[in-house]
Amino acid sequence: MSRTLFDKLWSDHVVCEPPGEPALLYIDLHLVHEVTSPQAFDGLRAAGRRVRRPDLTVATADHNVPTTDRSLPITDEIAARQIAALRRNCADFIIPFYDLDSAEQGIVHVIGPELGLTQPGMTIVCGDSHTSTHGAFGALAFGIGTSEVEHVLATQCLPQQKPRTMDIHIDGELPESVTAKDLALAIIGQVGTDGATGHVIEYTGEAVRALSMEGRMTLCNMSIEAGARAGMVAPDETTFSYLEGRRFAPRNTAKAADWDDALAYWRTLTTDAGARYDRVVEIDVRALAPYVSWGTSPGHVVPVTGSVPNPSDTATESDRRATERMLDYMGLEPGTRIEDIPVTRVFIGSCTNARIEDLRAAANVVRGYRINPSVHAMVVPGSQTVKRAAEAEGLDRIFIEAGFDWREAGCSMCLGMNPDILQPGERCASTSNRNFEGRQGRGGRTHLVSPIMAAAAAIAGHFTDVRTWEFK
Amino acid sequence: MTPFRIHIGRVAPLDRPNVDTDQIIPKQFLKRIERTGFGEFLFYDWRYTANGEPDRSFVLNANEYRGATILVAGKNFGCGSSREHAPWALLDYGFRTIIAPSYADIFANNCMKNGIVPVVLSEAEVEELFRRTSDGRGYQLTVDLERRTVEDDQGFSASFVIDDFHRHCLMEGLDDIALTEQYEPQIAAYEARRATWRDSH
Ligand code: SF4
Repeated sequence: MSRTLFDKLWSDHVVCEPPGEPALLYIDLHLVHEVTSPQAFDGLRAAGRRVRRPDLTVATADHNVPTTDRSLPITDEIAARQIAALRRNCADFIIPFYDLDSAEQGIVHVIGPELGLTQPGMTIVCGDSHTSTHGAFGALAFGIGTSEVEHVLATQCLPQQKPRTMDIHIDGELPESVTAKDLALAIIGQVGTDGATGHVIEYTGEAVRALSMEGRMTLCNMSIEAGARAGMVAPDETTFSYLEGRRFAPRNTAKAADWDDALAYWRTLTTDAGARYDRVVEIDVRALAPYVSWGTSPGHVVPVTGSVPNPSDTATESDRRATERMLDYMGLEPGTRIEDIPVTRVFIGSCTNARIEDLRAAANVVRGYRINPSVHAMVVPGSQTVKRAAEAEGLDRIFIEAGFDWREAGCSMCLGMNPDILQPGERCASTSNRNFEGRQGRGGRTHLVSPIMAAAAAIAGHFTDVRTWEFK
Repeated sequence: MTPFRIHIGRVAPLDRPNVDTDQIIPKQFLKRIERTGFGEFLFYDWRYTANGEPDRSFVLNANEYRGATILVAGKNFGCGSSREHAPWALLDYGFRTIIAPSYADIFANNCMKNGIVPVVLSEAEVEELFRRTSDGRGYQLTVDLERRTVEDDQGFSASFVIDDFHRHCLMEGLDDIALTEQYEPQIAAYEARRATWRDSH
């Protein structure tokens, strides 16, 4: 029978299917960070349980870490206590931990792929909704809560109801300066923030095949913003060449042909011709423009050439009320052209858009310019590895000379658990994934954009169509 | 976790769609390493003004909803992050059940792990509950998990769907890690047939 990529991954990981209970799935890789794990480790201790497979578990500190000088102590005592708890838990349970002083520390969804931990055909979980990022490699990767973190630590398994499948088929070639981020925002705008609830998305079509691994990660990362359980892309030569030689990727040795064996298996991970999905959505990207969000939910987006919508144009009374509320929070008037909206903050970072390719693209826009005097802009690399690579290429100089802050790796202003936050009323062009009320700081106003759109806004002082940018 | 069979309680209405987990429990409160004590920070940015005073216009600060244990909300409730601090905060505040037209997957799952029942009713039924709750006279509902019904004593009655397994776990207050541990032989057998190159890290 023809099977989808998801069907293959699912059935390869079913440990057992007890009657009347959800299937028990085996987990190949469990990523852990400081915010969603302390209560899970406490639960283990209280029940006298051990970690079943510390060798399939990897931890890092990313969410609340400062992005300033790492040699200084953390001034936020509660954050320091949370990181200390993770350090102790990893030591007690013998879990590899990329601590703050590690050369590989970074956002958990950036370091997994970078280290070659993330591989095709795996089941990957993390107490974090953006675990969907890892689906870019043809893995079934999804976010879980802390009780489930404890469950996986104890048993390396998770009881799971089988989700439905959804094919988002993307035809055409992305126009110049229109990125995977714009594609992700356009998709969420089209299907809605709950449009994929209960589904695992597979992204297919020529536009997806043409994306780099970084682009695929950006796309899969935001699957959760459409409500999906996970997002995935079938692995291909792009995937394999990204992985080959990475530290934890399989390799051939005198004793075993691990890379060859893995590759042979990975090549089977495609959706068979004739396999059926529960839902299919078709998108053509030939005319896609850069996107900007205007509201407080990631589905509220318009092309940069568009305007802020009018509440009276909405379909229902409750949509009208919600839109009015959003415009009030965002301090926007209906009908305002997106390009006329000024920004005072710019954040280039997060697990959506802080990989080397993102920084290269943004630096390319910035090169030779100064940021607008009314703007405070920062670049926060996704990992220390990205930071070093960028510095080796001189990208840091381009940003610093233009007036950007150049920071240490972490989640930073994506969620503002550390000191990097917006002040009430500040308006930010952000490459992150959520524009919820207060997400980047109480009263802060977030507009989601691509890295090159954010870079252009920093220089112009307002949103501007990066397709017409004059590169220097 | 506390078993849930029948719950009778006061209802608070939160008539907004897409209430995300950043609203339910803002990030500045996620640094605690305990499971308890989150209730006072529930909906913090809506409950309190910027200078820390209770915001009188927010529904949970109104007298008639004091002590509410059932929250009625708009669609896609709990979207956003996977933080289990959201159900911990709801539970710690006193909510035992939520009623909404839909939930984000991870949030609904997290609720059930903590003995909170995420009841799904149709948009029309939820609208009706908003109407009935707004009379300001301590509106109450009975949520019966065994019969899968929501009723008041003024003629409202609706049934909801929840799968047998989760219903059973909620009603018994089961520790599902212990359930999985029963399958140890199957897990060990799976590990034995797993490709060895998968363990290379
Ligand atoms: S960068 Fe943002 S979205 Fe990504 S893991 Fe960190 S907080 Fe979550």
